[in-house]
Amino acid sequence: MIGLSHYLVLGALLFALGMAGIFLNRKNAIVLLMSIELILLAVNFNFIGFSTFMGDLAGQVFVFFILTVAAAESAIGLAIMVALFRNRNSIDVADLDTMKG
Amino acid sequence: MTTADAFETPDLMLALPEIWLLAMACLVLVVDLFSKDRDHTPAFWLTQFALVSTAVITINLQWGVDATTFSGTYVADDFGTILKVAALGLGFLGFAYSRDYMRDRGLLTGEFYMLSLFAMLGMLVTISAHNLLTLYLGVELMSLCFYALVAMDRDSPRASEAAMKYFVLGALASGMLLYGMSMLYGTTGSLDLATIREAAATLEDNRILFLFGLVFMVVGVAFKFGAVPFHMWVPDVYHGAPTPVTLMIATASKVAAVGLFLRLIGEGLEPLIADWQQMIVILAVLSLLVGNTVALVQTNIKRMLAYSTFNHMGFILMGLLAGAPGGYGAAVFYAVTYAMTVAAAFGVVLLLSQKNFEADQLTDFKGLNERSPLYAFIMLLLMISLTGIPGTVGFYAKWLVLKATVEAGFVWLAVLAVAGAVVGAFYYLRIVRLMYFDKPEGAGPQPSGSGGFRAVLTLNGLAVLALGIFPGALVAICMAAFAP
Amino acid sequence: MKTIYLLIVLFPLVGALIAGLLGSRIGREGAHWVTSLSVGISFALSLLVLIGLMAGWVQPFNGTVYTWMVSEGIRFEVGFLVDNLSAMMMTVVTFVSLMVHVYTIGYMSHDEENWPAGSLAGVNAYQRFFSYIALFTFAMLMLVMSNNFLQLFFAWEAVGLVSYLLIGFWFNRPTAVFANLKAFLVNRAGDFGLLLGIGAVLFYFGSLDYVEVFAAAEADPDRTMSIFGGAEWKVVTVAGILLFIGAMGKSAQAPLHVWLPDSMEGPTPISALIHAATMVTAGIFLVARMSPLYELSEVALSFILVIGAFTAFFMGLIGLVQNDIKRVVAYSTLSQLGYMVVALGVSAYAAGVFHLMTHAFFKALLFLGAGSVIIAMHHKQDMREMGGLKQYMPVTYWTMLLGTLALIGFPGFSGFFSKDAIIEAVHASDRAGAGFAYLMVLLGVFVTALYSFRLFFMVFHGEGRMDHHTREHLQESPRVVTVPLILLAVPSVLIGLFTIGPMVFGGFFDGAIFVHRANDVLAYLGQDYTGPFGFIAHGFVTPPLYLAAAGVATAWFLYIKRPDLPPVIQSRLRPLHAVLENKYGFDDLYIKGVAGGSRALGGFFSRVTDARLIDGLLVNGTARSIGWAAGVMRRLQTGYLYHYAFVMIIGLVVMLTWFVFGAR
Repeated sequence: MIGLSHYLVLGALLFALGMAGIFLNRKNAIVLLMSIELILLAVNFNFIGFSTFMGDLAGQVFVFFILTVAAAESAIGLAIMVALFRNRNSIDVADLDTMKG
Repeated sequence: MTTADAFETPDLMLALPEIWLLAMACLVLVVDLFSKDRDHTPAFWLTQFALVSTAVITINLQWGVDATTFSGTYVADDFGTILKVAALGLGFLGFAYSRDYMRDRGLLTGEFYMLSLFAMLGMLVTISAHNLLTLYLGVELMSLCFYALVAMDRDSPRASEAAMKYFVLGALASGMLLYGMSMLYGTTGSLDLATIREAAATLEDNRILFLFGLVFMVVGVAFKFGAVPFHMWVPDVYHGAPTPVTLMIATASKVAAVGLFLRLIGEGLEPLIADWQQMIVILAVLSLLVGNTVALVQTNIKRMLAYSTFNHMGFILMGLLAGAPGGYGAAVFYAVTYAMTVAAAFGVVLLLSQKNFEADQLTDFKGLNERSPLYAFIMLLLMISLTGIPGTVGFYAKWLVLKATVEAGFVWLAVLAVAGAVVGAFYYLRIVRLMYFDKPEGAGPQPSGSGGFRAVLTLNGLAVLALGIFPGALVAICMAAFAP
Repeated sequence: MKTIYLLIVLFPLVGALIAGLLGSRIGREGAHWVTSLSVGISFALSLLVLIGLMAGWVQPFNGTVYTWMVSEGIRFEVGFLVDNLSAMMMTVVTFVSLMVHVYTIGYMSHDEENWPAGSLAGVNAYQRFFSYIALFTFAMLMLVMSNNFLQLFFAWEAVGLVSYLLIGFWFNRPTAVFANLKAFLVNRAGDFGLLLGIGAVLFYFGSLDYVEVFAAAEADPDRTMSIFGGAEWKVVTVAGILLFIGAMGKSAQAPLHVWLPDSMEGPTPISALIHAATMVTAGIFLVARMSPLYELSEVALSFILVIGAFTAFFMGLIGLVQNDIKRVVAYSTLSQLGYMVVALGVSAYAAGVFHLMTHAFFKALLFLGAGSVIIAMHHKQDMREMGGLKQYMPVTYWTMLLGTLALIGFPGFSGFFSKDAIIEAVHASDRAGAGFAYLMVLLGVFVTALYSFRLFFMVFHGEGRMDHHTREHLQESPRVVTVPLILLAVPSVLIGLFTIGPMVFGGFFDGAIFVHRANDVLAYLGQDYTGPFGFIAHGFVTPPLYLAAAGVATAWFLYIKRPDLPPVIQSRLRPLHAVLENKYGFDDLYIKGVAGGSRALGGFFSRVTDARLIDGLLVNGTARSIGWAAGVMRRLQTGYLYHYAFVMIIGLVVMLTWFVFGAR
């Protein structure tokens, strides 16, 4: 029997994976977008898990909104990336260091 | 959410400010599409009208009211009204100051007004949210618009770098906020803030899980404030973004952040004050320490203001952690007056900017008194207000916060904050020294800008002085909003 | 009525702002018109209020105009308390001020001669001067109309500021700068007492509002506080003495009197307005206003009595050896202020305030008369170079004579009534120190008559001792100068006759001044009072009149009949003369002892403690370590996105560990 805690552990793992992806990746910025999607996915798992086990629909409605916002977020992220590439001919995260200190 | 056995038409009138602003934003979009004006004059005036009219509607419909609508997902109350009107007013200042700058750089497009208006809408929704879902949507609407606005200057490598950093870190922060919300939902079984508050008061077995979620949410909120250690984005974004966008992020979004805190943590999690108070103390201490220190060595005024923001956020957090009513009132007063002061400071930077020239180096302020005594004086007022010298409004803001902090029992924190303010005096007054006692290198930038811009900026600067001498009314309003 | 009170205060302020800020635009004419008009309107309105209060169609007013802020239940506000006392003060202040405005038009008309040729400092000095005196009127009105200690303190400092600015008006003269610095510093010493007094009032009575403080003090008059450990003092005594120390500074009571003679470095209209008629009486007004507080403390009143008596006699003595015409009048002011303080000390507040009023008129007259003489003498002030001016300046001569008679207390003149009332009150009082004070004020009458007529005879009679050039140009002053003299001479002579009844023995100050039944010497005297002429008749059977006559006779003998005698007396009494010349050594004590000592101590702290310890170790050390920390922390901001994210995640993990797993 798969219980609530399984869902939560999976969610936590995905969340940790997403966070790790953001700070371990030094190369392609696209990976950052993927990591962000993973984090949101983890949250969705949590919501759906809770929602199902409590028999409350509100959590699942929330998930729909998160999915929509995530789509918009990706679109903006990609647009920024295009602008970045146009300006620097690179989307390496390690190159983004003109402003510091 | 409530069960849908009996569908009730929501009270749309209560949410009229948001609905009106949305309609006006769409109108701006359409009008700008068909307008041939190269300066987008109709869009500008319509935008300013939208902000002013929304503020008027908000005051008329929501001041003195305490009611919810849309099945309890939207609330109208006093402090919400103050914050909304402040945010709208700051938006008004921002648009008034940014027109010449954006036109000189070819950035004065309909999108600028559109995105900014939607960002304002996001702030209003955040401030009025009474449900985790509404809160999330408001925050995201505001953030997404800001990501795009930071990247507005598509040919600037700095702007796109700043946008990228802002976007990734912001998304990470909203991920954390959401994760916290999911924990909250799991432990309380509701998204409604009132229900969550009741559940939080009677926590027993799943207290750990609840605290787990609380930490995530505090982190998410702290990111919006730019509180240390969730502050890393602030200097780069302030530096890289076009100055008008920096102005919006530095002013209106901070007011919205206070709203976010008060709704989510101050109101929703009020029974757990003993827990989150400790977290906020840590954030406040770190903010006070880091902000003042690193601001000392900055040479770019936008970066300097970014670091000094941490210091002021530390003060606002001190007010917030002191709790209702005095602390919240002080924090709101601080946030509103600080945002107003900083808006004028960025206004002066914009005033000195020319085509192909960003007046964002401290050295650009050398000898300003000889070029423009009026704006040197206004900048002087702003700097001494930010320092917290009596006679300006900054003093009262700091004083109210310190008073609330001491009353809440955090004397050591107040002492630390005062010591920080003394360090802060160094870099603020350095600008005064540059303006009044140094000779400019070369000619130095001359103030430019239209008459309307100058008039609004002058009034803004003098308001800092006027409120410093007659703070009574505004203090009373802020305190009354939280009176039990 | 609130509007009218506001207008009374604001008109001079607006006038001052216009003359000060737009001085170069509106020119000299514009500046003197706008300030004189605004003060004139204030005077008219003040007079209206006074008449209304006396006639009963205006009720005393006590209310708040603006609440500045509220903290811990303590209100900081701007408010007015207008009753007979303040209305009388308002009228006197605005009247004298108006006269001085008009007079200044003549006195300062050749002011450009007083500045070095071509100096920028003299540009618009004329307008600046009018701006200052109108500003002073504003501040003084705020002071007398205040209904709380905060506003009192504000106005107190504001009049001090204007006084400072005006004493040093000719700031290219080193003596003027020295004098205004001295006035400022000595007043600071007094203000420190005032501030401590206000602090004590606030701390023990929990309010800044006069009426509330009086009620609180009345409710618990025997409350004590301990100072320096053991000794228990009544709170009202401590607060009263502290507040009076403030009054001593402003009203130039010994030993804080040293600034007033030096303040004569300022232009003469200022000496008349600020340093004779109004500002220096602020201390008297303060004590009278605080009468409900002082009535609770015999000790404080005795302190006041002794200080006043000392000042009244000993400062008058110094006037005998001065040769500068304005300094003689200045020492006479000190002595007369001493009389007023003495009156306060025996609970005869009404008599003190009455003398304040009459003195304001005749002393302003004397100063303006002296100024008129100075104009004629081309700004020479040494009486040894004057003499025989009577034939050249008839108007000045006769008005000065009236003023001098009023000062020495010639029967029927206003000074007679006020001074005799004080002397009789002291005689009737049984307060500790009253015997000493009675002796002092009696001897003071003789001294007053002597120095007053010494001045009068030296200036107007005898042979002219001026040089040839000056003598050729001697003439009566212009009309703007003489008209104020005449207008001031009228009240100097008459006002006592008409007002002694209501003000001293009637109920004019009921509700404004409070006296305990047991202390009420004026009520005791009032039993025998039958009217002003009865009072004059009574004067003939008391010693003061004969002492004054003796003083005049002595002056006549020494300076008209046998002018060769004074130098002989001077050489015979050399030690005494030296003491008087040195003003009892107060100046030396302050300048060499206090100021010199402070500077030596300051130099030590500056060199050793400050430069080495604080600057070297603490300040620069702190600055260095903060700078170092900034450098380190700055390096944390690497610019790399993944470092930023890493910092956030570390923050998150630390907080999670701390609060979730450490919270059990």
